Amino acid sequence: MAVSPGRRILFLLPVVLFLILATVIAFFMLSGRDPGLLPSTLINKPAPQFSLPAIAGWTKAPPGLTTKDLKGKVTVVNFFASWCVPCRAEHPQITALSSDKDIRVFGINYKDKSGAATAWLQRYGNPYARIGADLNGRVAIDYGVYGMPETFILDRNGRIRFKHVGPILPQHLREIILPVIRELKK
Amino acid sequence: MIRLFLILMGLLAVAGPTLAVEPNEVLKDPVLEKRARVISKHLRCLVCQNQSIDDSNAGLARDLRVLVRQRLTAGDSNRAVVEFVVARYGDFVLLRPPVKPTTYVLWFGPALILLLAGLGAGAFLRRRRTVVAEPLTDAEDKRLKSILGKGGD
Repeated sequence: MAVSPGRRILFLLPVVLFLILATVIAFFMLSGRDPGLLPSTLINKPAPQFSLPAIAGWTKAPPGLTTKDLKGKVTVVNFFASWCVPCRAEHPQITALSSDKDIRVFGINYKDKSGAATAWLQRYGNPYARIGADLNGRVAIDYGVYGMPETFILDRNGRIRFKHVGPILPQHLREIILPVIRELKK
Repeated sequence: MIRLFLILMGLLAVAGPTLAVEPNEVLKDPVLEKRARVISKHLRCLVCQNQSIDDSNAGLARDLRVLVRQRLTAGDSNRAVVEFVVARYGDFVLLRPPVKPTTYVLWFGPALILLLAGLGAGAFLRRRRTVVAEPLTDAEDKRLKSILGKGGD
């Protein structure tokens, strides 16, 4: 039975559809985006309200942190904990950020015993101008935090402009964090 | 050996699913608690990602379970509680994705593909059924007869 050219194209249709589908899937898989990472719902929104006390029982503890402190300068808010191993890995990068006098680096200490947090900061050094102690993790929930560490970058008006999930490794600092800060400082 | 196997199977049969919800989390009001369980079953644990917060033992899942119960006790509707969590963690926290333009492909894509495949298969089958054998030409008929005639000898 002779097949007309039109029919033959019809037979190729499934192959063509499959190739289109495969291309789309390959595009998403090869884009390097981790599908497990959540986009923040807070981008370009004002920082959720909170008021957290300083770390207890440490005479040299930096002051606590409230939403009022977030305005005026570009601000980095870093959620960390002494029990969090990746936090240790990003500590040098957070320290490097804290040397920039045009921005401020604040910490939110997540569900930590005050003694453990104090010991950790004394041992590795304290890069934070202010630290709020989020003892029950409620502020972290308001910020959509789902793992330690997470870092938010806010503009001068206290609006959240960027969120980084996981440790800020040296290449993240160079390629992602510093360019964002540079842009917000303009 | 067989006895051990039977004992193990017996144990499996009586073992219920373990609960992540801890006794001290449970609300005194059984109606509120039931609503909390229903809501929790549809909220994703963001630490383990393929479990609901009702199933997960992760710290954040526990905090969210407690939060859901606090909101319910404060008088929130089920929808308000879910919206409270979605406002913080986004649609991803819902184990059942909402139907909206960005998820149309997800919701209706499979039905559309099934419909197209069904139409294609239907057309193919209909065409095959209507194929009629063409009658033999005179020359073919003559040749057939001669072959049959030879075979009949």
